[in-house]
Amino acid sequence: MTFLRAVVERELRLYMRGVVDLIGVWMFFGIAIAMLPLSIGPDPDILSRIAPGAAWAIALLASMLSLERVFAPDQRDGSLDLLLLHAPSIPLLILAKSLAHWLVTGLPFVVLAPLAAIALGMDVQGVWPLAGALLIGTPALSLIGTVGSALTAPVRRGGILAALIVLPQTIPVLIFGTAAVSETLKGRDSGPYFSVLGAFTLAAVALAPYAGSAALRAVRN
Amino acid sequence: MLRWRSHRMQAVPPCGPSATENAFITHAATWTEVMAKALHRLANPARFLRIAAPLLPWTAAGAAVCIGAGLWFGLVESPPDYQQGDAARIMYVHVPAAWNALAGYAGLALASAVALVWRHPLALVAARCIAPIGACFTVIALATGSLWGHPMWGTWWVWDARLTSVVILLFLYLGYMALIHAFDEQETGERAATVLALIGAVNLPVIRFSVDWWNTLHQPASILRMDGPSIDPAMLLPLFLMAGGFTLLFVCLVIIRMQTELARRRVMALRRAALVVPQASDA
Repeated sequence: MTFLRAVVERELRLYMRGVVDLIGVWMFFGIAIAMLPLSIGPDPDILSRIAPGAAWAIALLASMLSLERVFAPDQRDGSLDLLLLHAPSIPLLILAKSLAHWLVTGLPFVVLAPLAAIALGMDVQGVWPLAGALLIGTPALSLIGTVGSALTAPVRRGGILAALIVLPQTIPVLIFGTAAVSETLKGRDSGPYFSVLGAFTLAAVALAPYAGSAALRAVRN
Repeated sequence: MLRWRSHRMQAVPPCGPSATENAFITHAATWTEVMAKALHRLANPARFLRIAAPLLPWTAAGAAVCIGAGLWFGLVESPPDYQQGDAARIMYVHVPAAWNALAGYAGLALASAVALVWRHPLALVAARCIAPIGACFTVIALATGSLWGHPMWGTWWVWDARLTSVVILLFLYLGYMALIHAFDEQETGERAATVLALIGAVNLPVIRFSVDWWNTLHQPASILRMDGPSIDPAMLLPLFLMAGGFTLLFVCLVIIRMQTELARRRVMALRRAALVVPQASDA
């Protein structure tokens, strides 16, 4: 537990040192959202229909931007060796890394994405479902992303590669995350969608740390 | 993997296992030993090449005969579909290609599991060689599906559950191939890609289930499906012939690629040895 907290605190401190990069991620999200009406056209009907899905998809893409920062710098400067040496178990290290990643790239979108969706014309009733779905679903994205980041840790400029291998794995979360919101907006019972979304996150919590430690062992011998 | 084994040994309770547990443990141990021994015999590249070399002409000839006969029965001997006419004949290429695309990923995952659990060097080579071929079959399935869709559905592409799943399968193949080539050291890339292939194999059923769900949510099933209750035996024969032929072709191509890869490694090792020897004599 102390190890988990120490690693999360260290990661957050490092993220704050390079806070410009983080702001860049959030700005990318805002700009990409603004691109949608410009490319699709300002028709409120179309925009309000795609709003929750667009917010989800762009939040997913934005959180991929920071994957390169999870393991690659530690691998380059050697601190990953020390972390692995001191970790009581490697899966715990993966868990700590993804928790920190979620705090800086998952949690902000829980607030930002509903705002963006409203700007696109989503019904205000959709705010809480969208925020809730993101709150439940984004931890899975960070966990899967951390595994992808571990797989590409020694690769120079591995960020795009990490996104490439992670994105197909996140499709179930995206499908159920958007379905939870759109079903609520249609006035149907969306409870099952939230449950399945929660199941994905729990499965990711259970499996991703082990996959991540297998990934680190594979790329570092 | 040594680490994993030692964990498993620690898992035996210190007070001593019960009789049934004991029997289970010895049974599991002998089974894994037999399995490991059989795999170990194949791990020797020279032995693999000795087995593969005579296998190659047989699979190649079998593929040629099956595909030739399948084309004959499919294009000439079978009746045209009562609704789709002659356009339905593309099924004899499309469906076997799609089956092989999926079977190829299963083979990739199996080879990766063997490589990860038993550190089997040849399984790494096999996985590496399966991926591009599987990706090619996926592309064939997508292209023929699109060509078939245009006259039948009036559009080249429909975001239907099956088509979407096959596109995702293609992305999984491409991600595997991108990762395997991203590392300076070949073996590191192979090990990383092994982990990715297994993650994909675990996730693929979940993705498939989600895409099916997504499809029922967004579109009513209005598309003409092949898996109707009645498919004429005259159509089934060429379909199975082509499926068998494509599978043999797959095996044949994997063997050729593995032979080439092993030969390439041998050449590189010999070159490296040739570089080292003069330096050693200088010193």
